[in-house]
Amino acid sequence: MDLHAKTLTELAAGLDSGEYSSVELTQSLLERIAAHDEKLNAFVTVTSDNALAAAERADQARAAGEGGVLNGLPIVHKDIFCTRGVKTTCGSRMLDNFVSPYDATIVERLAAAGAVVLGKANMDEFAMGSSNETSFFGPVRNPWDLDRSPGGSSGGSAAAVAARLAPAATATDTGGSIRQPAALTGTVGIKPTYGRVSRYGMIAFASSLDQAGVITRSAEDAARLLGVMAGFDERDSTCLNEPVPDYVAELGQSIEGLKIGLVRQHFDEGLDADCSVRIKEAIAVLESLGATVVEVDMPNIDLSVPTYYVVAPAECSSNLSRFDGVRFGHRADDPEDLLDLYCRSRGEGFGDEVKRRIMTGTYVLSAGYYDAYYLKAQQVRHLIADDFKNAFEEVDVIAGPTAPTPAFKLGDKVDDPITMYLNDIYTIGANLGGFPGMSIPCGFVDGLPVGLHLVGHHFDESTLLRCAHAYQQVTDFHTACPEDFA
Amino acid sequence: MSLTEDQVQQIATLARLKLKPEEHAELVDKLSRIVDFVDHLSEADTEGVVPMAHPLDVAQRLRPDAVIESDERDRFQENAPSVTDGLYLVPKVIE
Repeated sequence: MDLHAKTLTELAAGLDSGEYSSVELTQSLLERIAAHDEKLNAFVTVTSDNALAAAERADQARAAGEGGVLNGLPIVHKDIFCTRGVKTTCGSRMLDNFVSPYDATIVERLAAAGAVVLGKANMDEFAMGSSNETSFFGPVRNPWDLDRSPGGSSGGSAAAVAARLAPAATATDTGGSIRQPAALTGTVGIKPTYGRVSRYGMIAFASSLDQAGVITRSAEDAARLLGVMAGFDERDSTCLNEPVPDYVAELGQSIEGLKIGLVRQHFDEGLDADCSVRIKEAIAVLESLGATVVEVDMPNIDLSVPTYYVVAPAECSSNLSRFDGVRFGHRADDPEDLLDLYCRSRGEGFGDEVKRRIMTGTYVLSAGYYDAYYLKAQQVRHLIADDFKNAFEEVDVIAGPTAPTPAFKLGDKVDDPITMYLNDIYTIGANLGGFPGMSIPCGFVDGLPVGLHLVGHHFDESTLLRCAHAYQQVTDFHTACPEDFA
Repeated sequence: MSLTEDQVQQIATLARLKLKPEEHAELVDKLSRIVDFVDHLSEADTEGVVPMAHPLDVAQRLRPDAVIESDERDRFQENAPSVTDGLYLVPKVIE
C-alpha cells in the first residue's frame, strides 16, 4: 500500500472505509521519514511516540463513531508553532533548548479535529530567509534536486510534503514564506488574509505581516485544513471575527466569468523567460475554464521589497527584544554583568541573517532615521495596499508568477542579502496589504517546478481555492512526484 | 559605504548584540547595501499619505478585565536558565 502517495483527502476516505488504520498510516510515514529525511533535513524533531499515541486515540474514536474532521490524518508543524511538551526551536540556537509550556491555537485546533502530528519542520531562523539556509539546524534540501534550495522560510514544511514524508504541513508567511517554498517544491501553499488565522503561539517575526497557513499537495487538501485553522480566537487581538465559509463545499463552483488581473511589472525582465511561458500557459488554462483576463495597473508595486525591508526588520527588532537570556532561551556562560548577559546571549543565540534584520530594524527606528525610513515605508505601504484595493474593484483575482526563477542552488545567494530578498518580489505585496495569496504548481522548467501565484481580496480565500481547484481538475502538475521519492 | 563602523557599533549597542570583529566588518558592508536598497523609498511621492500601521482598517478589540489564566509559574520557569524560589536570577545589578 503506497500510503505516502495519497493526498489528505484520499487518506481520509481510506480511514473512513477501514482500508487501513491511523496507526498503520502513521507508522508507515514515520518509517518513511526515518528512511529519507537524512537526505532532506526537513525535520528538526520527529515526535514518533506522540504521533503513535495520537493515532491510537484517533482509531479508538473512529471505532466509537466519534472523531473530528481530520481524525487520524498525519500532518507536520513548522517549528515556529509552540507545541506543549515538545521542543520548539524556530530554527534558532536561541531556542534550541526551549520546550514550549503551551500549544499554539492552530496546534490545539488541529489536534482537536483529530490530526496526528509527525514532527516539527525545519525552517529559516525565526522565519527570516528565502532558502532555508539560515536555519541553525542546517539547510533543507529540495526533493527535486538535492543540490538546490526548497525555498524558505517554510522549507522543511514544503520539502516534507513534496517528498511524500507527510501529506500536509502547517507553515507561516511574512513576505512569501509559504508561497515561495511551495512554488520551488511543486506543492500547494496558501497564506490566508491577515487576521484570518490566530497567531497565538506562533513565534512572532513581523506582527503586522505574519500569517499562518498550510502547504499541501492539492487545493482540496488546503481547503480542508484551512477550514479547521481559520476563525476568531480570543487570545490573538488581531484575529478577526469574520465568518469562515465552508471552503471544501465552495470548491466545486465554476470559475466561469471570474475576472483575473495581470500586473505588467510581474512579467518584466526580472522573471525567468521559461517561467514566464509556464505562467502564461497556466493563465490560458484558466481562460479556457471561463475566466477573463485583463491587465491591472499597480503603479507602486515596484517599491514592495524596499518597503518590506524597512517594516519587517523594524517589527522584528522589536519582537526579538524578548530574547534576553533571562526567562528562557540561550544564555551566555559567566556574564560579567546584566548588559554583558543580554549582549552575549543574543550575539551567540542569533545567526547572521537574524542579526542583520535586528540591526536594520534598530537603525530604521532610531532617532533621526525614523521619519526617513519607517514612517516613509508605512506611507508607501498605504500606496501599495491601495493599488491592490483599486485592482480588486475590477478583478476577483490577481495572477502571476510566485517566484522569479525555479529552485536555485544552495549557496548561490547566501552572500548577497539583496539578491536573496528579491526572491519574494511577487509575494511581498500581499503581506503588506494583508491580502490572501496562494501558489499552485503549474509546470516545470528543466525538471524543476514552477508556481502560479494567485492573490485575492480580503477574506476571499474561497475564490483562490476554487480557482486552484478548477485548475487542478484539468491539469496534473500537482500530482507530479520527485523521482527519488516516488 | 553608507554606514560607518562607528554607526554599526552604535546600532549593535542599541540592539544589545555583541558582535565578533569579523561580524562587525561584514555588517558594515551588508547593512550599507541594505540601506542603499531601501533608500529607493525616497523616490515615492508620499505627500499627504497616511502611514499604514496595519493591513486591515479595524479597531482593536477590548475584553473584560477578568482573570482568565491560572498561575503556572513553576511550569513556565522550567525553561529559565537560572531560577531560585520562583525568581529569575541575573548578575548583580546594584553593588
